[in-house]
Amino acid sequence: MHAAAHHAPPQGFIRKYVFSVDHKVIGIQYTTLSLVAAFVGMALSWAMRIHLAWPDYHIPLLGWVSPNGAPGGVMTPEYYLSLMTMHGTIMAFFVLTAAPFAGFGNFMLPIQVGAADMAFPRLNMASFWVTFTGFLFACATFFIPDGPPLSGWTAYAPLSAVGSVAGPGQGWGQNLWGFSIAFFCIASLLGSLNFIVTTLDLRTKGLKMSRLPLSTWGWFIDAWVSLLAFAVLLPTCLLLVLDRLGGTSFFIPGGLVFNDQLQPHSGGSPLLFQHLFWFFGHPEVYIIILPAFGIVSHIMPTFIRKPLVGGWKVVTFSEIAVGTLSFVVWGHHMFVSGMSPYMAMVFSVPTLFITIPSIIAVLVWVFSLYGANIRFDTPLLYSLGFISLFITGGIGGFFLAQPSTDSYLHATSFVVGHFHFTMGLSAIFATFAGFYYWFPKMFGRMMNEKLGKLHFWLSFVGVYCVFITMQLTGMTGAVRRYSALVDDFMVPLIPAYRFMTVAALLLGAAQFIFLYNVIWSRFKGPKAPDNPWDATTLEWDTTSPPPFDNFGGRQLIVHHGPMEYDGDESLMQTSPKPSIAGT
Amino acid sequence: MAGKIFAVIVVLVTIATAYCVIAHVWWMPVDISVHGPRIDKQLEETMLVAGLLFIAGQVVLAAFAFLYGGARGKPKQIPGGAKYLVILAFAIVGAEILALSLVGSKAWGAVYFEAPDPNSLHVDVQAGQFAYYFRYPGPDGTFGTLHPELINEGGQNFFGLDTDHDADAKDDIVTAEIAIPVNQPILLTLHSKDVGHSFDVRELRVQQDFVPGMIIPIHFTATQTGRFEIVCTQLCGLGHYNMKAYLSVLSQADYDEWLKKQAAMQ
Repeated sequence: MHAAAHHAPPQGFIRKYVFSVDHKVIGIQYTTLSLVAAFVGMALSWAMRIHLAWPDYHIPLLGWVSPNGAPGGVMTPEYYLSLMTMHGTIMAFFVLTAAPFAGFGNFMLPIQVGAADMAFPRLNMASFWVTFTGFLFACATFFIPDGPPLSGWTAYAPLSAVGSVAGPGQGWGQNLWGFSIAFFCIASLLGSLNFIVTTLDLRTKGLKMSRLPLSTWGWFIDAWVSLLAFAVLLPTCLLLVLDRLGGTSFFIPGGLVFNDQLQPHSGGSPLLFQHLFWFFGHPEVYIIILPAFGIVSHIMPTFIRKPLVGGWKVVTFSEIAVGTLSFVVWGHHMFVSGMSPYMAMVFSVPTLFITIPSIIAVLVWVFSLYGANIRFDTPLLYSLGFISLFITGGIGGFFLAQPSTDSYLHATSFVVGHFHFTMGLSAIFATFAGFYYWFPKMFGRMMNEKLGKLHFWLSFVGVYCVFITMQLTGMTGAVRRYSALVDDFMVPLIPAYRFMTVAALLLGAAQFIFLYNVIWSRFKGPKAPDNPWDATTLEWDTTSPPPFDNFGGRQLIVHHGPMEYDGDESLMQTSPKPSIAGT
Repeated sequence: MAGKIFAVIVVLVTIATAYCVIAHVWWMPVDISVHGPRIDKQLEETMLVAGLLFIAGQVVLAAFAFLYGGARGKPKQIPGGAKYLVILAFAIVGAEILALSLVGSKAWGAVYFEAPDPNSLHVDVQAGQFAYYFRYPGPDGTFGTLHPELINEGGQNFFGLDTDHDADAKDDIVTAEIAIPVNQPILLTLHSKDVGHSFDVRELRVQQDFVPGMIIPIHFTATQTGRFEIVCTQLCGLGHYNMKAYLSVLSQADYDEWLKKQAAMQ
């Protein structure tokens, strides 16, 4: 094993806090970016939900943000779709992909493997700033005359490919979107390489792969999935932009007519775009959820005071199986797309199979609680919340994995509820678990536990009020991505939509408790000890926050696995004492 | 205390969800197609299996959170360890696949692996931002050829038909609504002139995308008369939410009369 890549402590504000190569600073930068993006994404969802429930209501500030898109604060149908597109884009990429992986991973992974930094610190800095550039491009779409794109986060061609001829929201906003995602892909590829090499090469003495903390396993497996999936999305985005700006026809077939004008394209395939997008898009939901698996598996033993049942192996091999199978199930997004109906069966079977490792992981978490000594601190509550939401979301998968039932439920709010549970809110809850857990290490101060619990109760109940209603109303065939409820069968759902809107606003309001807690605790919270949770892994074996080189020059030797818990007793991974939990 | 509150919330959520499903608070509309009951049956079977798993998962999670809070002496693992959990996961999914794939109603194959009835009534459907147009072949039973460059919505030539030179196109009947006879096998060919759209009639249990550049066939038989909404479920631009048409399922006599009236209006 190599020594960590050494670089001198930075001098000056810019090198220390802005263009920093320190993985800890980069981790905090990613986390902060995600936090900002999360509040932007959430604000977009409020505006959408208010518009759905009370279409004539003048939404404060919205008319100022976009005089064209929302004159007087009442949004146009196209602006609704633009907000929806940007909500999905910002949340899926800049929050759910960035926070649990790049945010916590950057900060914690090198420390958890006993390294002084990532293997390639400069690439790491580049990852963040390229991501940041991507985020700026995404935000810039709000401030150009044509506004953000409206083709959804999936950007199906040819709507996304033919340009302004397809209507508003298809001008430069869609180009900027393409660049934004391309930047994000490049950053993710660089980040993934860093995570993989750091895990393989920079582990400290005695830290065999079998002794890796489970969060490191989550990030490591995730990095592989990321590497392979973003490598496909990047060229897809570039081909889309070429179709738009370069006159190519990768995704545009011949014979298209807009405004009675035949378009000068021929030979492209819209289904090719769908295949390429979903070849990335389905692994993407696992890219989002695998770090969550890792974080929850890492946090739980600390608070249940015993190892997970099955040790590191069962849950880790489940994650590897999920990551591998995630590449052969993408077609289940395309059952009604015009793809061969025989292919539907080909994709349906692995989709049912991928539930096996997912169920194994859930059973491990649930049955690990058996006979435990649970400490109900906020990180654990969020972990339990994650399990509950993931079960609920996963159950919906059974309906959507089968082509026949999917042919009824496809494109309904059932799907929207399902994926918000499975990879949206589950990942957010795991991120919150990680945030409350690692905040003392990252900032050297404890968060307020009472506010943390209050935040959890309101969020947990709020999430169910919004998304179980959303999923169940989908049983009526309620169509997603509609900016107004005008169909005969949608009108009776208005009371349910209003209930969801009120619940979503309250759920959103509860997030300000979290924000307040973060800001207050950052400056006024009680000083955090090195190991406030009686945990065992290397990040708790150094000061809070850790010094620049993470361990103050100490050479660590690891003797144990990460789950040496036995009730109130626990052993640091570096402790030379004999194992108490046999991990 | 927190564990007990958590358990109570989880159980309440589970009960509320189960109630909404069992009481059909939000449920599928009446089914009016020959193949539809197979899909409904598959969905109900899935709901039963998935619902039981949902309840079991949440209740066990709640029970453990309720029971195992606080310091309780030496922690212990579940008897048998992870081996039984892995077996249980395989058993759950195995039972699910068996129930749904083997003894289930095989709804997908019954609809999509079968060729349309040779005596089907063939209606050609074109979608464009943000309307559907339907075309009947007329007395000659043959559709005219499509010429996208001739599409002229202002001139009412929605399909791009060359009625001056194409004899087959002359008697094509183009409508903005679709009517079909009840109990008559129907074949639709779906094509789009601009972007992706979808043909979704909930009561028929039919949802199929239009993909530009492709002609996608779909077939069904309606079993009840009535008027039903066709809605677009594939995001197609600003008017997506308002893109719809109506499907009228008529008696044969009413259908014949309707078609005659449409032909006269061409």
